[in-house]
Amino acid sequence: MKSAALKRYLGRALTYVLAIVVALWVITPIYLLGVAAFSEQSAIYTFPKQFISSPFSTDTIAFFLRSTGVSKAITNSVIVALLTLFFTMLIGTPAGYAIARFLFRGRDAFRLLIVSTRAFPIVILSIPLAVSFIEWDLYDSVYSLALMHTALALPFTILTTSSVFASVPRDLEEAATTLGCNQFEAFLRVALPLALPGLAAAMLFTFVLSWNEVFAAVILTVRNRTLPALVLTVLDVSPTPYKFAGGFVMLAPSLVFMFFIRKYLFNLWGRVTK
Amino acid sequence: MAEIKLENVRKSFGKTIATRDVSLTIHDREFMVLLGPSGCGKTTLLRGIAGLDQIDSGRIFIGDQDVTDLPPRKRRIAMVFQSYAVFPHLTVYENIAFGLRMQRMADAEVKKRVGSAAELLHITELLQRYPAQVSGGQRQRVAVARAIAVQAAVLLMDEPLSNLDALLRLEMRAELKRLLKEVNSTVVYVTHDQVEALSLGDRIAVMKDGSILQCDTPLKVYDYPATQFVGSFIGNPPMNFLTGQVKVEGSSVTINAGGSTFKPPSSIQSALHDSASILLGIRAENIEASATAVDGALSGSVLVVEPLGSHNLLTVKVGAEYVKVNAHADAVFQPDQPIWLKIATDKIRWIDRQSGMAVA
Repeated sequence: MKSAALKRYLGRALTYVLAIVVALWVITPIYLLGVAAFSEQSAIYTFPKQFISSPFSTDTIAFFLRSTGVSKAITNSVIVALLTLFFTMLIGTPAGYAIARFLFRGRDAFRLLIVSTRAFPIVILSIPLAVSFIEWDLYDSVYSLALMHTALALPFTILTTSSVFASVPRDLEEAATTLGCNQFEAFLRVALPLALPGLAAAMLFTFVLSWNEVFAAVILTVRNRTLPALVLTVLDVSPTPYKFAGGFVMLAPSLVFMFFIRKYLFNLWGRVTK
Repeated sequence: MAEIKLENVRKSFGKTIATRDVSLTIHDREFMVLLGPSGCGKTTLLRGIAGLDQIDSGRIFIGDQDVTDLPPRKRRIAMVFQSYAVFPHLTVYENIAFGLRMQRMADAEVKKRVGSAAELLHITELLQRYPAQVSGGQRQRVAVARAIAVQAAVLLMDEPLSNLDALLRLEMRAELKRLLKEVNSTVVYVTHDQVEALSLGDRIAVMKDGSILQCDTPLKVYDYPATQFVGSFIGNPPMNFLTGQVKVEGSSVTINAGGSTFKPPSSIQSALHDSASILLGIRAENIEASATAVDGALSGSVLVVEPLGSHNLLTVKVGAEYVKVNAHADAVFQPDQPIWLKIATDKIRWIDRQSGMAVA
């Protein structure tokens, strides 16, 4: 009896230790990045490394933000990410809903087709894509990059939204139709609000995917670089403070986004056990 | 006016036929129960009336209107789902108000209607809560309140009590009966529970394999089942069926069953042929058990005695057949004891063994 309790206690302790180790593994580099980004530029070269920013300074960040092309790249990144978000949700939500709700001919093939678009590495697709974009006069534009990101994000989004909508009982929409809704109103008033947490999570992933995506951005743009593309191309000729500040600026929006949306994320994952 | 008329309604799912050309007329303000085992097509029929599924062929009328091709919202119906289908993102108040809001009703009127529906179902104090914050039984009440608040001409209920525990179900059953008397709707109620059907329905339509076998008042269905299936599906214990042999000698028609001779009523004699096989359907309460020999009674031996408080349920072996008999609670029988069963001849239902249909 006593040993069983001890075992359970040890088991829990082990779980916590593992969780802490994993968390540290992820958090430590991010934390050091933040410390460096908010120290004076000279502090980056000191040894031993400091674990708090002292003195606290926005000097490094300001240096990065003032560097050539950075502010424009940030604007570009935001535009691309928001456009991607818009297009992805516009196409992905109805597509996911259709897969979840309707039994149509070729549904499984359709689903497979969606996933298979991710089977081709972007590296292989990039050259023909660049050629086509140049031919169509779409090359080097944030809008065409947003289209590319939409294509990259859609498979994930469609699969997520379809599972989100599948978790909304069909009965509820049927009940709505017996109470005076047409199909679309039933979707709008019942399915959509109930799916919103899951959709928010899908939106988060889409935004972060676009914000972080670098390969297509490098291939498809020259003057209208997004932030990751810009940082990547100038990385090896940049001073160290630039790298730290750049890393932090690219990381921050994802973290903030994640922070605000985490409630919905847990909600989405919690559904599995509910 | 909301008479419901079904004309040759057919619906199949792939190769399975769920309803086979069902025709049925449900009168205005009638409480009609669709009763049958699972898979008999009763829910399919209800969903057809609701318009949630398109039927393959046939017509459906509600009132004077042909609603066959209309969507649910244009059929003047309200429905209570088996799963309740209460909207989790809306408060109890907004759930009940949902249908009224869809009609763009003024706030004051909505408030009045929601209030009276909530009062009718004793959930007034729950109005500001969310469905997750109320119990299963209360959620069920919310679903019913939501359906009656719109004052639809037709109220459809799909096994509304099947998810409640036994005690709650009894309570809710009585309450539904009271409630639906106050609502001026035509009610179609689907259930697989024969007790529910008997206690609630003005009429019961017994279904099997996509067809309606019998549609009549509860007492008629209970006392005069149209087929062997109806007799065995309704009633607890199910109707007993003794195998008998018809004997025609000139103008006299007799039936030998269980070692005794029965005389069928003159009205069915002409339908009986010599040496035909026939089933004698008899309810457990229409058999009188006696521990001593009685003239004209079947003799058998007691197999099982089940005391049920109000009476004792006996399983008696007669020849090779088993008969359930209700005996008085104070009549003491022991297993293996010889017993004589006197059958009320006027209560016997005569059923053709081959077709399973009552001989009329």
